[in-house]
Amino acid sequence: MHDTSAAHAAHQHAAPTGFIRKHVFSLDHKVIGKQYYGLALLAVFIGMVLSWLMRVHLGWPAWPIPMLDKLSAVGAPQGVMTPEYYLSLMTMHGTIMVFFVLTNAPFAAFGNYFLPIQIGAEDMAFPRFNMMSFWVTFTAFVVMMAAFFVSDGPPISGWTAYAPLSAVGGDAGPGLALGQTLWAISIAIFCIASLLGALNFIATTLDLRTKGMSLARMPASSWAWFVTAVISLLAFAVLLPACILLILDRVAGTSFFIPAGLILSDKLQPHSGGSVLLWQHLFWFFGHPEVYIAILPSIGIVCHILPVFARKPLLGPRAAVGCMIATGFLSYMVWGHHMFVSGMSPFSANLFSVPTLVITIPMTILTLLLICSVYGAKMRFTSASLFCLGFISVFISGGISGFFLAQPSIDIYLHATYFVVAHFHFVMAVASLFGVFAGTYFWFPKMFGRMMNETLGKLHFWLTFIGVYCIFMPMHYLGLAGNVRRYSAFVDDYLIPLIPVHKFITVAALLTGAAQFIFLFNLIWSRFKGPIASENPWEATSLEWSTTSPPPFDNFGGRHMVVYNGPNEYGVENNGTDFVMQVSPEKVSAS
Amino acid sequence: MGKLFAVLVIVITLVSVSFFVRRTWWMPTDISTTGAAIDHQLDETMIETGLLFLAGQLVLGLFVWQASNKNPARKIKIFPGGSKPVVIAAIFVVGIEILALTFIGSKVWAAVNIAPAAADSLHVDVQAEQFAFYFRYAGPDGQFGGIHPDKIDDGNGNYFGLDPANDVAARDDVVVGSLVIPVNRPILLTLHSKDVGHSFYVPVLRIQQDFVPGLEIPVHFTATQTGKFEIVCTQLCGLGHYNMKAYLQVMAEPDYEQWLKSQEGQ
Repeated sequence: MHDTSAAHAAHQHAAPTGFIRKHVFSLDHKVIGKQYYGLALLAVFIGMVLSWLMRVHLGWPAWPIPMLDKLSAVGAPQGVMTPEYYLSLMTMHGTIMVFFVLTNAPFAAFGNYFLPIQIGAEDMAFPRFNMMSFWVTFTAFVVMMAAFFVSDGPPISGWTAYAPLSAVGGDAGPGLALGQTLWAISIAIFCIASLLGALNFIATTLDLRTKGMSLARMPASSWAWFVTAVISLLAFAVLLPACILLILDRVAGTSFFIPAGLILSDKLQPHSGGSVLLWQHLFWFFGHPEVYIAILPSIGIVCHILPVFARKPLLGPRAAVGCMIATGFLSYMVWGHHMFVSGMSPFSANLFSVPTLVITIPMTILTLLLICSVYGAKMRFTSASLFCLGFISVFISGGISGFFLAQPSIDIYLHATYFVVAHFHFVMAVASLFGVFAGTYFWFPKMFGRMMNETLGKLHFWLTFIGVYCIFMPMHYLGLAGNVRRYSAFVDDYLIPLIPVHKFITVAALLTGAAQFIFLFNLIWSRFKGPIASENPWEATSLEWSTTSPPPFDNFGGRHMVVYNGPNEYGVENNGTDFVMQVSPEKVSAS
Repeated sequence: MGKLFAVLVIVITLVSVSFFVRRTWWMPTDISTTGAAIDHQLDETMIETGLLFLAGQLVLGLFVWQASNKNPARKIKIFPGGSKPVVIAAIFVVGIEILALTFIGSKVWAAVNIAPAAADSLHVDVQAEQFAFYFRYAGPDGQFGGIHPDKIDDGNGNYFGLDPANDVAARDDVVVGSLVIPVNRPILLTLHSKDVGHSFYVPVLRIQQDFVPGLEIPVHFTATQTGKFEIVCTQLCGLGHYNMKAYLQVMAEPDYEQWLKSQEGQ
């Protein structure tokens, strides 16, 4: 027998019986994973509605938007938003999506639920920290939402909150008083939660793997969550102090990010000695790794799910993990590519450009491994597998534009245009969400014990796949034509002819957004009415499919799992099936 | 289902590429001495990455098409040679592309951003503020007056905080709301910000440079065509950001001299 003391030590708490301990302040990683998912779901719909409002305004600026004046009478008198309210919605959209959706859904939600199960543990290493991370994240979300309701309006300085606009306070204009302070406080709180979560993921992966679950046998998704946790630990550890310094500049009269001699609202600001570029360096030292925090878990999820439906192993699983690690490592050397126009030394541009281009190597390898895993497959086309294939397509589209932006001379022209908006939405937002959709259709039966509706799932896929291309591909063309982002209206002579393209994008965004309600309906309907799921409906190999759907409180009902195989044993001959479970002691022989 | 996916991916790819190839929406014509090299670099990147994009999407479509074959007798196939050729090909192809792009790119970058401005450049000082640009010429004495933030007074048109009472150099400084320059003459701008971050973006010059409060940032270029072009702000600076713009007027040398004289006379 193997030693299970570590796993037992981690799961000393017994199954709770009361409602509060079971569903609200739960220590169970599965409940916490679902809580994260729920929060991300709420956040993504808020973020999406914000993008709708922005898009309608960009296409038809004079149109009154029904009910918008109810949300903010000052920001949208008679339903027509003011320029500053547009910037508020944009700031909140970016912040909500990056932090509360792209960081939470693929990493914190699925990672919490499935990392312990996939490695054969009964819970996370620190269940109390785990509960704390969720509720601290929730607090950050509440603080962020409160910014909608302050008298001065929500913050307007973008999700990047560049100083000194974000640091000097209300003298810089509307939306920069209390709303901006709440933004900084919320992000600081979010950092604390992310640090707790990252520690937990790392400790769990390293210490709680069950017997036989060597690192080499860990599923790609678990590897991705582990690598992401390491990146998070280092990235949020920089953003947290940066936010604290920003808060101090705003409320305590310090001047970390504010130089001398600034005049705002006709007042000489009482600051001196700060550095504007310091904020940019600190922010992007976090900000670039954050891109990989958003995308790596989805890459891992796709690497995990695609073979299940291709009925053949992932090509080069070790190379894939190596690429994830290489990407995580390189992600810390490239932050300056966000700052080619910032006025930092021009000599540093090449220093940041080369590693940025080098990152494309592991990312290209990963993409090719996924494409070539489809080669010769006997593909089962389900909602989950379609979203995996869609992921590959949008990831190629988003990755390709990175070649342009990594080169300083070209970036100078394209920086702050819609080309950049297209790039990061494809590669980080859409690709990551496709991973989340694939994960949802794939794991929903395990999480809730019921199958999702495949017809609705596929409809959701087709509409979303076509929709995201209609929204984001034209943004490349706009960027090439020099269309500046973060404009609430296009009044420049050379931008006016581009407005019809914006109208097309707006219509596409409204329709694609509407298609997401099919997904929401499917989630809710299937939760209560979906057909009962078996233990292993997809004929998958990893440990989460060796327990009931949903798993019991301790994940395996008192069994101590022993792992004999890697997660990639598909396309093999095994008693009339074509796969071998990780916990199955049968010898694996290639067919 | 798989065939539908394959067809869709291929159609989306071809339609997307066609707009790039036809240049339906594209960069405005370059009017600078350095822009041609940047455009060339962008074209090279467009072709190389365009091929990768086409190859990636089309091969994905092809493999998905094949993988949807429902023949029950069909056996799965592993990619010939396994992952090794894939990894080597990616390192080789992308590696060469990176080397080529870096080689071309660093030269272009150095020529534009590291090479010093020509000694005979015309100096123009630029002050950005919420939500306007102001341009300052040194006047007949060739000297700029000092900048005193505490003297900045937009109401009286003292956008740069000049102190003509005590500063002789400041008395003949010409401050205007448009950037007027002679054609084919090197220009050296110095960017200052009065309040928050702004940016100086002139698409026809292929130039974008932030104004950073607390820093003075040099930008140099030479315009090769006369005409009126737009300068826009690209760094989020507050509610009027979208409307922060100025015009660049490139004139023949005699017209410029005449314009400058008329301004100095005011």
